[in-house]
Amino acid sequence: MTTAPRASPFSALFDLSWARVFAVFLKELVQMRRDRPTFAIMIMMPVMQLVLFGYAINTDPRHLPAVVEMREDGPMTRAFLASLTQSTYVDIVAVTHRAEDGEAMIRAGQATFLISIPEGFERRLVRGERPQILIAADASDPVAAGGALAAVQQVAAQAFAPEFQGSLAFLAPAPPPYEIVVHRRYNPAGVTSFNIVPALLGVILTMTMVMITSIALTRETERGTMENLLATPVRPAEVMIGKTTPYVFVGAIQVAIVLIVATLLFQIPFTGSFLAFLIAVTLFILANLMLGYLISTVARTQMQAMQMTFFIFLPSILLSGFMFPFRAMPAWAQVIGEALPITHFLRIVREIVLKGAGLPDVIGDLWPLTVILLVLATLALLRFRRTLD
Amino acid sequence: MSDTVIDVRGLTKRFGDRTVVDHFDLQVPRGAIYGFLGPNGSGKTTTIRMVCGLLKPESGDGEVLGFDVLRESLKIKERVGYMTQRFSLYEDLSIRENLEFISRLYGLDRRAERVDASLADLGLIERQGQLAGKLSGGWKQRLALAACMIHEPELLLLDEPTAGVDPKARRDFWDAIRRYSAQGVTTLVSTHYMDEAVQCDSIAYIAYGKKLIDSPTADIPKQIGLYGWRVAGRPLMRAQELLEQSPGVELVARFGAEIHACGKGPAALERAVRAVKAAEPHVEIAPIEAGFEEIFIYLMSGAMDNFQ
Ligand SMILES: Nc1ncnc2c1ncn2[C@@H]1O[C@H](COP(=O)(O)OP(=O)(O)O)[C@@H](O)[C@H]1O
Ligand SMILES: [Mg+2]
Repeated sequence: MTTAPRASPFSALFDLSWARVFAVFLKELVQMRRDRPTFAIMIMMPVMQLVLFGYAINTDPRHLPAVVEMREDGPMTRAFLASLTQSTYVDIVAVTHRAEDGEAMIRAGQATFLISIPEGFERRLVRGERPQILIAADASDPVAAGGALAAVQQVAAQAFAPEFQGSLAFLAPAPPPYEIVVHRRYNPAGVTSFNIVPALLGVILTMTMVMITSIALTRETERGTMENLLATPVRPAEVMIGKTTPYVFVGAIQVAIVLIVATLLFQIPFTGSFLAFLIAVTLFILANLMLGYLISTVARTQMQAMQMTFFIFLPSILLSGFMFPFRAMPAWAQVIGEALPITHFLRIVREIVLKGAGLPDVIGDLWPLTVILLVLATLALLRFRRTLD
Repeated sequence: MSDTVIDVRGLTKRFGDRTVVDHFDLQVPRGAIYGFLGPNGSGKTTTIRMVCGLLKPESGDGEVLGFDVLRESLKIKERVGYMTQRFSLYEDLSIRENLEFISRLYGLDRRAERVDASLADLGLIERQGQLAGKLSGGWKQRLALAACMIHEPELLLLDEPTAGVDPKARRDFWDAIRRYSAQGVTTLVSTHYMDEAVQCDSIAYIAYGKKLIDSPTADIPKQIGLYGWRVAGRPLMRAQELLEQSPGVELVARFGAEIHACGKGPAALERAVRAVKAAEPHVEIAPIEAGFEEIFIYLMSGAMDNFQ
C-alpha cells in the first residue's frame, strides 16, 4: 500500500496542469460557439443597450407632455404658446393660470415639465430686464428630463425669435433677453450624457459576465455532465480557469464594441491612458467572471443562479454611483458599494475617459479591484464541491 | 500492490436522515467481473460513487487500487474508468471532441492515435464529427464505455451500462468487458439483467442499502436453496391464484405459458403444488431447478416485505 501526502488546502492552487486547463478551456470554447443564441445575445447586448440609452441621450425628445402656467395673457406670451403647440417637441396637455394645478400635474406624472411664465413678463421683456421663464422638470427619469429641458430651451429661444423684429429687433441677439431658470425636481444632480456611455460599459460587462459564468457549474450539474467531470482527475482550479477564460475574450469583444460605438455615435472623448484602461477593464472582467463563478458554486439550479445574479445586479446599478452620486449615499450603502467591482470600475473609467487620467491617478481604485478579484477567486475555489454531495 | 482491487469496509451513506447505504463491505480481486445487483433505489449507484470518490461516506474506509478511498481520490480517479448510469458526456460536443476532452484531462500522450484507435474500435470513424447528443441510446452507451476506457484504467465501474440497450448491443458490450477482464482489468458492474448477472464471476446483491448476498455466481443457487415447480396447462390463471394463496409457496412467477412456483421448503412446496393439481386436474406439474431469474425475483420480493 502506498501512502501519499495529504492534500493541503492550497495544493489546489499550485498543483495545476495547464494541459487540463486547456482541455476545459477548449471544450468551453466549442460549447460557446455551438450555443449560437447565447453567443448572439452576448455580442448584441452591448449594441442594443448603447442604442437604447444613446437614443434617449442623443436625439431630440419629442411629444413630451407639458403643462404651461400663464400668469399673463399678452401677444408675446400667446405667440410663445402657439410656437410651443406647433413645435413637435412638446404636447401641451394643459394651460393653467394657477400654480398649484401645474405642480399637481407634475406630481401625478401627467406632465414631464412645467413651463411657467410670470406676471409682467412682457413688460419686463420690452424694458430689457431679462424676465425669467421657470421650467420645472420631473427629473426622476434623469435621461428623459435632460432631453426635455434641452428641447424646451430650444423652443423658447425659437418662439420669441419672430417677435423680436422691427422695432424690437434689438432684443433678438444673444444673450436672450430673458432668463430660463431650471429646477430639476427629484434628482438634483442629474446625469450628463458623457457619463452614461462609459458607465454603460460597466453595467453591460457586469450583466453578461456574471450571468454567463453563474451557470458555468450549475449547467454541468443539471445536465449530469458534472458526474463525469468529477470522476476525472481534474482539479477545481483547472475547472475554474478553463471555464472562465473563454469569456475574457467575450468581454474584450464587448469592450471593443462599446468603445467603437461610443466614439462613432456619441463622440465620447477618450483622453486618458489607454494602458490604464486596459488594466482596469481586464481586472473588472476577471472580477465579474469570478463573481459569477462563485454564484455557480452556490446555486443548485440554473434558476437559482439567475436569481442570485439579479441579486448582484441590483446593487451594482443602485449603489455603485451609476444611478445616484456615490458620496450622497448613506454610509451603509457606500460600504456595500465599495465591495462591488463596478463601483471602482466606474470611477476609473470616468477618470480615464472623461478627465484624461493616467495610470497613477487610478491606482486608488485599481488595488481594491484586485483585492475583490482575489477574494472572489479564493472563495470560489473553497466553495467548489469536489463531490456530488 | 495488493491483489484486492476494491477493499472497502463499513461504507455508510446517509441523505438527510435516510441511510441509503448501510455498512457495506466489498472485496473484489484483480481481474474479476463482479456483478452488483439489487432493486431500484437500493443504493448501487451511491455505493459506486463512494468507491470512486464522488461521494464522501459518513463512515467506513478502505482502499481502491491500494489508495485510501477517503484521502487519495485523485489517485484513484486517474486509474478508474467510471461509466455513469445516466449518459454524462457532452451532448453538444462531437463524438471525437468528447474523447479528446477526456484524453486531455487524463494527460494522455499520443492523443490523436488513441482517439483514432478508440473510434475504430467503436466503428465510429465515419461519424466522429457527429454530436454525441444525436446518437441513439445504444451508441451513447458504447461511446461512454469507450470514453471511460481511453486512459486504460485498471478498474472499471459500470453503472447499469446496458440499460435500455438492444440485445445485440448488450452482447457486444459483454464481449468487450470479458476481453478487458482477460487483460487483467477488474470490473464492478451493476445490472438488472439476469443473463448478464450469470456472466459475472461473483455477485453482490444489495437491497435497501444492505448487502444480502456476496458469493461466486455458481454458489448462489445452492446458497439460497430455492426449490421450484413448473405448472402449465389450463386454467392457468386459476392455478396461479391457488398457488399464491398456498402456504409453502413463496414465489409465483409467470414465464410465458407456464408458472414457476418456488419455495425454500421442498416438502411444503410439493404439497402445495400437488394440492393445486388435485383441484385442477388439467394442469401439468413437474419439479424444476430454480434459476437466477427466480432467485432474484424471490430476493427482491423479500426485500420489499422487509422494508416497506
Ligand atoms: N443526492 C441524493 N440526495 C438524496 N437522496 C439520494 C441522492 N442520491 C440517491 N438518493 C437516494 O438514495 C437511494 C439509493 O439510490 P441509488 O444509489 O441511486 O440506488 P440504485 O442505484 O440502486 O437504484 C434512493 O432512494 C435515492 O432516492
Ligand atoms: Mg442506480
